Order: sequence, then structure tokens, then C-alpha cells
Amino acid sequence: MCGKELALAPEARIAGETLHCKLADSIAGLPQMAQARRESGLGVWGKYPYLWWLPHPELSKGIRMFEYVIAGGLMAAIGAVLAAILAFAGKKLYVYEDPRIDEVESMLPSANCGACGQAGCRAFAEKVVQGELAPGKCTVSTPGGIIAIANYLGVAAGAEEKRVARLACAGGNHVARNRAHYSGLDTCRAAALISGGGKNCSWGCLGLADCERVCDFDAIHMDPHGLPVVSEAKCTACGDCVEVCPKGLFSIHVVSHRLWVACKNLANGEEAEASCEVACTACGRCAADAPEGLIRIVNNLAVVDYSKNRLASDVPIQRCPTGAIVWIDAEKGPAKGIEAKKITRKSPLPVEPADLPVSTPR
Amino acid sequence: MGLRDLFGGKALRRGVHVPDCKDLTGRLPIRRLPFAPMLVVPLSQHAGAPAIPIVREGQEVVRGEPIAKANGFVSVPMHAPATGQIERIAPAPSAKGDLAPAIYLKPWPSASQEILYGAPQDIERMSPAEIIAAVQETGVVGLGGAAFPTHVKLKLPEGRKVDTVLVNGCECEPYLTTDHRVMVEQPKEVLHGARIVMKAIGAGRGIIGVEDNKMDAVEALRTALGAATDIAVEAVPAKYPQGAEKMLIRVLLGREVPSGGLPSDIGVGVFNVATLAQLGELLPRRQGLIERVVTITGPALAKPGNYLTALGTPLRWALEQAGCKEDLASVILGGPMMGPAAGSLEVPVTKGVTGIVAFGRHDVNGRPRRIYPCIRCGACVDACPLHLNPSRLGTLARKERYEEMETDFHLNDCFECGCCSYVCPSNIPLVQYFRVSKQMNRERKARERAGANA
Repeated sequence: MCGKELALAPEARIAGETLHCKLADSIAGLPQMAQARRESGLGVWGKYPYLWWLPHPELSKGIRMFEYVIAGGLMAAIGAVLAAILAFAGKKLYVYEDPRIDEVESMLPSANCGACGQAGCRAFAEKVVQGELAPGKCTVSTPGGIIAIANYLGVAAGAEEKRVARLACAGGNHVARNRAHYSGLDTCRAAALISGGGKNCSWGCLGLADCERVCDFDAIHMDPHGLPVVSEAKCTACGDCVEVCPKGLFSIHVVSHRLWVACKNLANGEEAEASCEVACTACGRCAADAPEGLIRIVNNLAVVDYSKNRLASDVPIQRCPTGAIVWIDAEKGPAKGIEAKKITRKSPLPVEPADLPVSTPR
Repeated sequence: MGLRDLFGGKALRRGVHVPDCKDLTGRLPIRRLPFAPMLVVPLSQHAGAPAIPIVREGQEVVRGEPIAKANGFVSVPMHAPATGQIERIAPAPSAKGDLAPAIYLKPWPSASQEILYGAPQDIERMSPAEIIAAVQETGVVGLGGAAFPTHVKLKLPEGRKVDTVLVNGCECEPYLTTDHRVMVEQPKEVLHGARIVMKAIGAGRGIIGVEDNKMDAVEALRTALGAATDIAVEAVPAKYPQGAEKMLIRVLLGREVPSGGLPSDIGVGVFNVATLAQLGELLPRRQGLIERVVTITGPALAKPGNYLTALGTPLRWALEQAGCKEDLASVILGGPMMGPAAGSLEVPVTKGVTGIVAFGRHDVNGRPRRIYPCIRCGACVDACPLHLNPSRLGTLARKERYEEMETDFHLNDCFECGCCSYVCPSNIPLVQYFRVSKQMNRERKARERAGANA
């Protein structure tokens, strides 16, 4: 056995005589080789006794060759086992997924806005392929894109009516009074936490543009009077502005809800009008002029019952004295009634001077 | 004596030294503010459910008569602050900025305004449960600013014991001298209230902590205490926010309130001196809380002082009585460190209003301060009494990573003392960021709950 030989005659090994051992012999002989090395007192091992397990550099290249082979073989074996596990798992755990889902997802706008009510475009694509939702539910896609998806799947596009965010306030800084001047962090959220912001109407828009910042679709812009204007074309009804507005002024409506009360002030008529020139004063004229039950006055505010929306027209808005109720035209935007007080002021109203105390020291 | 006392004594390690500005009113005795022509008593002056009105419009009430009953356990009744007529029950401006339901009471100018309501009761013979019920009847809430119903604090959950009652007479906010004057002028009531609370909560000892800039109050309390040993009066070094209950507990007892916990978790009950003075005065007579001492002060006033103010007095009236000059620019409810700026002068004085600080146009810089980027100087980290990292929290708030602030950086432990904003050289409104962040987190949780229920 060459292992034994190695152990017994180290000098011989150094001379490189019995080097053509078989692989197995080499493995079996390793501990003995190490022992022999230690005993032989070769210089390198005397210096590095803890390296006893390494092949001595003076030993032949052949034995080291074998060790490379061992290492390589081990790695290959591990690789083969893992590959086998993966191959097995791939077969065993395979889930069939409709390839059309990927295809539909790639046709969607990838906005992941959630306006369709799903967690994102992927979830929506799954529902569409399953046939649970119509492609038209996606309000962000172009009509062409929706038809492309419908044609690809061979389903009806689904006439989902476009929905948009609507702001229930018209109190820009030229018509709504401020009772205090707010200075601080420049967001509505922060202002609303300090005594509700400076606006006299505690329901009204603070005008610090949190909604403009949060909108991913560039659909909200502040007008010169500090009031957000929603672009019906760009709005996808994702609902981000609804969540961010500290006063809860936004709500999502289908575009056919054209009759709109742009006010949330619940104070009685005089107080409401004192704080904002375009407030709903709950005079009840719109309710009287509207078909039965379409508009009701609830808590000093006109409320439109949208379940009766097909009865809606621009008739009820005509006699509104402040123009709080408007008819939102598809092209021309919100229109006030003919009797609404005309607002010609362009400049912001000053902070209400009447709210500062009059000095009466005694 | 522990190591803590050897090194630096009982001083608060963090926090800030603020100019206290208490000289304006600190030596002025408590005086009564005249009744306003119309008192507006909000139904929600306390933490918890708003009270339910038990009067009708047009009804005549006598001073001290209950006009609203408590709605559940975490709620307190309201009492008529003056003899007069209920004008209407309608929404009124509140300190939060919205309109909240309130009772409008028109005092009769010719009424004697005697408190005819009430009946004596013997506290000695009452059981703790009876005392707690009686405390709720008085309508007393934490008068230090939080307005948390006192009887709720007295009712401990099963199996919890409180061994020490801390009486908070620190009043670390600048300008305010309400508690100071109450301690100087009503030490007996404070001690009586403390003993009532100790009995109700089952605590063996009481400690009154007073900042050492009010040594006359310490003297007054010690004189009133005499030889009694159940209550001790301790002076603690003045530093803001020493008056926060967590800080006071740490300095006086060396205990720490666990994160998200209450003082009762570590066997301590903390009560404000003004609360106890009112309790000590009202409970034996079975009367309701109808007025409180309010420090009406600030550079814009000609006659600053400590005024015994009827609840429901509108700010405008209070400021006019205190000699308001015309150039009013900013009115703060409470102290300037934590108090919110009033958005309207129609806001009434409620149970939680410790002071009204008025600044004129020349006293405050009306221009918004420019906010510079954080330079990572760490001043806020050094100032934070709760060892939070306001700098990091502020950065996260700007990035709208509100959830991370709560889960990883203990946002909810912040009690908005304002030290970080005060020391920030870049004018970063850190506390305002944190308030927004907390609100966003609350709303997110509410949405998640709603989503889970749906």
C-alpha cells in the first residue's frame, strides 16, 4: 500500500518515488502522511506546526493534484444534489399561471394607483383575465388601451364611467375670510392642527396645496386664489387627495354627477355667509326648484341625492344667491346660476380686522 | 442617597433652560375676573366623551347647578359657571378650530352669584369607590392642561397598586404662574386634595414637587403641612420640562415610566396642584368645577395677572379685562412652549386652559421663519427629555415615512414638549412635524381598521 509506504519512508516520498497512488489510497493515507511529516521534521512544518494537515510543499505535485480533484468532485456533487432538489421543486411546486395575465399587465398603464379598487395593476390584470372585472374599470388607460385589452382577451371593454375627484369648497382667498394668519409648516395638514388653520370657515379649504403635491397624475393645480382645481381629463380617481385633505373636502364621483354643492359649511346661513361669500346659506331655493327629493337641506347644507341623478339638470342652481351649488359642464367647467352674486374681486381678502380685540382697559 | 443624587443632584438631565418670564404675574394675588356678558360652556372640555346637556334653551340656572351630565365613565359633567339663563345650545368655536356644541349662558348682571348648589359630605367616612364617584360629580379634570378626567386616574385596573402620589407643582412653562399662586394662597386645599386622592387611590405617601424658583410656595406648603409626615414637599431644580409627569417621576422617585405606559404601571399617581386645590375645595361641599385660575399675561397686556376665571369666558373678554393693547398679534392658550395659538378670540376658557399669553405686534416677528436644512448638530438630541432622536424623526417626517417613525423611533413617546424645536438652529418645526406624523398614523390605523371590518 502506498499509504503505508509513505508513512514508513518519508525520504522516499521526498525523492518522488511512490507518487502514483490511486485516489482512494491517497485519502486513506492522508492522516499518516501528516504524521510522517511531523516526524520528519521538515523545515516548513517546524515553522508552521499548525499547518500539519496541508500537503507539504516539498511533496510531489501529484498528491496535490489529487486533492484538487477531491475538492472539485465534492463541489460538483453538492451542485448536482442542489440542482436535483431545484429541479424536483420546480416540478412539484409548479403553479400554472395564465400567460395572458403578464400580457394584460404589460398593456396596463402601471400606475398602480388603485383607482380600480384593486391592489395594483397586476391584481387588476388577474381579475380581468379571470373575467371578474371588465378592462374598462381601469380609469387611467386610454380608450384605445382598454379596447386593445378587450380585443386581446375577447371580452367586452365594459363601459365604466369615468370617475373624478370633486372638491366641496369654492372659498378661495378672494371670497373666504381668514380669522387668523397662519405661519408655520407650509402644509394643510400642519395648519389644520393649529386651531384648524386660519380660515374663518372651519370646513373650508386651507389652500396650502397638500392635494397638489400628493397627486401623481398632475391633475390638481392651485388656482390664483389658492383653491385646487381638478383636471377631469387627468384625474384617475385614485383617491390620494381624498386621504390627504385634512378637511375631507375631496370625494370621488362619476363625471355624470354634474350637480355639485361646492360647500361643506354647516353653520347657519348668516354665519356661513359672513365667513365666505360663496357659502351655502341653506336658503332652500335649490331644493324647492329641484325635482322631488333630489336636493335636501341637511344640517344647514344642501345635499344632492345622487341616486336620483338622472333627474338632475342645471335648473336648481339658477336661483342660488351665493353660487354655492354649481353645474359642472364637461367642457366649460363649473357654472354658477344666473342669480348668483358676481365675484369681481381678484385680490385676497385681508385677515378679518373685526376679530382683533378692541382695547377697552378700565 | 444614590449615585444620582451625588452627581448633579435631582436636576433633569435633558431639557432646556428657557427664560421663565414669570415676574409679570408671579407676585400678583389671584383676583376674580368679571363675568362676561355671554359665557360659552363647551360640552367637551375634557379628554373623553362630550357631556350631554340636561338643560333647555331659555332655562334659568343658578351658579354651580349641573347643566350637562357625564356621558359614560371617561367623561365629566358640566356646571353652570354663573346664575343666569341658557340662551341656546349651539356649536361654538373651540380651541381646536372647529365648531363644537356648547351651552350659551347669559349671566344675570343683578344676580348675587352665590353658589347655592351643593351639600356637605364627610370624606372621612367615604369609601374609595364613593370618593371616585364623587370626584366625577365635581367635574374636575386635570387642570394642568391635559384635562384628563381625574376620577379615571383614581380608578386603578384590577391588581394594580399605587404607593406614591406625586403632586405636580413644577409649572415649568414660561409665563404661567397659576399653580404658583394656588400653592401660595391655597396650600391647605392642596394638601386636603392630596389626602383625598391618596385615600381614593390607596397610596401611603405623597410628595409635592415644586421647582426651586417658587420657594415661597414651598414655604407656604411646608407651613400648612406642619408636623404631618404623610406628605413631603420637595424643591427640584427649575428646568423645562420638569413639570411633565414622566420627568417628575424620574427626578423625585428615580423610576421610569415604560414606553407607552402610564405612571400607575410603576405605582405612581401624578396630579396637578390646581386640580387638587379644586378637589380639596369642592369635594367636601359637593360642588362642581365652575371656575379656575388662569394666568392672563404677556407683553401685550396692561394688567397681567392671575385671574379666577369663570369657565366659558371668551378670550376676547378675558383679554379686554386684562387691559389688552390694540396691536395684538398672537394669543397662546397655555404656555408658549406647548400651548396652541388661538385661532379665534371667540374661543372660551375651558377646564384645561392654564394661561392666556398675549403677544403684540412688536413682540413677535410676524414673518414666517425660514426653515433651513438640518445640519446634524445634535442639539435636539441633547435637549429631548425622553432620549428620542428628533433629528432623525424630523428627517423621516419630511420623507413621509410615518410608520417607520412610530415602529423604529418611538414617535408615540414624544409628548410634544417643544425642546427640540426650541433649540433647533435651523428653525425646523420639529414638533409640528411630529404632530402631523402622529395624526397621519392615527388616520392610517383607522383606515386599516375600517378596511379590516369591511
